[in-house]
Amino acid sequence: MVDKITIENLSLQYADGTESLRDVSMGIRQNAVTVLFGPAGGGKSTLLRCLNRLNDLTEIKASQGRILIDGENILDLKTDVIALRRKVGMVFARPVTLPMSIRENLTYALELAGIKRKSKLDEAVERSLKLAAIWDEVKDRLDEPAIALSGGQQQRVCLARVIALQPEIILLDEPTSGLDPISTGKVEAALQELKKEYTIILVPHSVQQAARAADYAAFFLTGELIEYSEGKEMFTAPKQKKTEDYIMGRFG
Amino acid sequence: MVTRFLARHRYTVQRIGFAVITLTAIFTVLPIIGTIIYIFVKGISAISVEFLTGFPSNGMREGGIYPAIVGTFYLTIGTAIFSVPLGIAAAVYLSEYASNNKWTRLIRLAIVNLAGIPSVVYGLFGLGLFVLFLQFGTSILAAALTLSIMTLPVVISTAEEALRAVPQPFRTVSISLGATRWQTIRRIVLKEALPGILTGVILGLERAAGETAPILFTGAAFFLPQLPQSPFDATMALPYHLFVISTQVPEMPIQIQYGTALVLLVFVLTMNIIATVIRSRARAKRQW
Amino acid sequence: MEKSLSWREFIITRLIQGSGYSAILFVALIFFFLLREGLPTLREVDISSLLNVRWYPIESYYGILPLITGTLIVTIGATLIAVPFGIGTAVYISEVAPRWMREILKPIVELLGGLPSVVLGFLGILVMVPYIRLFMNLPTGLTAFTGSLLLGAIAVPTVVTVAEDALDSVPRAYREGAWALGATRWQTIWRVTLPAAKSGVLTGVMLGVGRAIGETMAVMMVTGNAPVMSLRLNSLFSPARTMTATIAAEMGEVANGSTHYHVLFFIGMMLFIISMIVNIIASSVLFRSKKRAERILS
Repeated sequence: MVDKITIENLSLQYADGTESLRDVSMGIRQNAVTVLFGPAGGGKSTLLRCLNRLNDLTEIKASQGRILIDGENILDLKTDVIALRRKVGMVFARPVTLPMSIRENLTYALELAGIKRKSKLDEAVERSLKLAAIWDEVKDRLDEPAIALSGGQQQRVCLARVIALQPEIILLDEPTSGLDPISTGKVEAALQELKKEYTIILVPHSVQQAARAADYAAFFLTGELIEYSEGKEMFTAPKQKKTEDYIMGRFG
Repeated sequence: MVTRFLARHRYTVQRIGFAVITLTAIFTVLPIIGTIIYIFVKGISAISVEFLTGFPSNGMREGGIYPAIVGTFYLTIGTAIFSVPLGIAAAVYLSEYASNNKWTRLIRLAIVNLAGIPSVVYGLFGLGLFVLFLQFGTSILAAALTLSIMTLPVVISTAEEALRAVPQPFRTVSISLGATRWQTIRRIVLKEALPGILTGVILGLERAAGETAPILFTGAAFFLPQLPQSPFDATMALPYHLFVISTQVPEMPIQIQYGTALVLLVFVLTMNIIATVIRSRARAKRQW
Repeated sequence: MEKSLSWREFIITRLIQGSGYSAILFVALIFFFLLREGLPTLREVDISSLLNVRWYPIESYYGILPLITGTLIVTIGATLIAVPFGIGTAVYISEVAPRWMREILKPIVELLGGLPSVVLGFLGILVMVPYIRLFMNLPTGLTAFTGSLLLGAIAVPTVVTVAEDALDSVPRAYREGAWALGATRWQTIWRVTLPAAKSGVLTGVMLGVGRAIGETMAVMMVTGNAPVMSLRLNSLFSPARTMTATIAAEMGEVANGSTHYHVLFFIGMMLFIISMIVNIIASSVLFRSKKRAERILS
């Protein structure tokens, strides 16, 4: 088992100087589900957005530290950010389907990446929708607007959209927060299948989801990494008092 | 004491107040409808195929207004050519690229200023720069350029609004999928904002088509024996034509005056209707 | 392929940036040219005769005061009409009218804003002028008053559109709070909604005034074009001349480079500066109120 991602002494700041993350160091295992959990404002989403350099669009700057993916520092100025974002895909909290058909949602990024031949596109569409566990529900209406689907279905299409690019890492930021329990279950089940091929990093929307999904879990509190261990250990016998307090619901 | 009286009879006050307000609205709206109907009624008898496709004769007192129609058409297209690409690009800059700093505020101030400059001052500017300094002479080119700068603020404002209306998450998602900023703008933002932009462009061009003062010294001619052959020729135009025949030609048949007014009105109204239709159809088809 | 992509992107980005800044370029250009052709006036005509009350260019009388007062009278008159009708209609559309009527009225008012001013001037000559002559028993219907009426009508759509937007943006919570305290809808409008939308409404009025100041054709066609200076009350009912009409009427007959030519540009420069001041004030008022609203509502 090897570390796919290594975060070394990462500190982040907002434009006005307040700290978002303080000296975070951790390694993310390949082909596993790593969960980043903790109360709001802990820096989990911010950390996620560093991994695909989405923070470039905001006023958040890394003041120090490195993030190594496969040994290369992605925070370096010379990094090919476009290629990085195809390698590290992200699913957001609210299902955001692009204003196009389901098929076009999936082929959008593929065409940008240079894949134009119809046969390859069709094959990618089918493969991704199957992996996202939604192929059967939409296979007959691929050319209808994606917005017509239910929330849970849209979110799975968003997942398929990411998978279509054949990334190596998939980031999920509270992906089931607006969804009903059945859809949530489907997404969680899909993740367990996907981890065989991909490295998954998940910010859950509840401690329970964290406990269900985690192979590894990291607890964040106001920008600091408090505890990081295997999932089973974390949620049955946490070592830090603050971790235990949060898991037991004594604050949050 | 007065306030206490008013308070005690507050429902009567309300009824009177609403009545007054409603009357105000009626007196504002009814004349608008009345004006349009009046022009239609008075002018329709002058409309005929000869009127619309023939040349004027006998010092404008007979014949048709074809060259004026064509001239207005040319001027509108010329205005579109210059103001639309520039205006949309500027709107894209303001909406997608500009950060909120001193320079951006200066740009917005400039746009507000351009919007408020009197149309006759634009005419003076056009005279000074295009006709005289750049030596284009009294020409379609000079008039169209003048009208374009005048139309620019309208295009920029409405286009920017349309671009901003496109939900931010689309951009974030597109970037996260490996698109560049321009790819995102071209494939998603501009595409979705297009109906709104188009509406604004048409409304701006509608105004340009009806303006007289900016073309007075830059491109309008009262009588030309033939249609303009190049952008460096002067041209007749509907608004200018109406102005001259209603104020400066003695013994001008009323019919032709109303007919000309009607044609101009229809030109403008058609653009207005097209813009409104585009706006409402786009709103219905929107996938967000 | 990525390399050429980023080249294209760079060029496109630069073009877009340039387009954005072009607005500043154009304002500067306009100001420069007005200055270039207008400033020679100060060399050729001395200030005292500029501030004279006789405007008779044929005999080299370049007193611009009657033009300024002409613009002033007509604009004030137009404002007195546009403000009550404009705000009243805006209140009606935003607060009183049923929803379906709103969807009909707004486009109609917008339509008026799009009508060419030469068409309105045309109707003014044929319809308003004779009526005013009849009803007010005047020697001619071409008066400052007629101009004010027409100008007021032209300025109304601007006032209505902006004011109605401002009223519409007042959060529902304000009205509901007032109703909950027992106020009638009428009382709510005057004591809560309108004051809350105050700066937006004010901006609408100022923009309408700006429109009135800058209007050329309609005013030129109905005010009689007599550059006469008089400040008595009944001068409202005699012919007058505005700055804009002067430029439009006389520019065509003026020799390039003559003093008359320079003076007309000088007047144009004054108009530019006046409208710039009005618009800067209007937009800074709106800007400041938007910031305050954002702070309060966040």
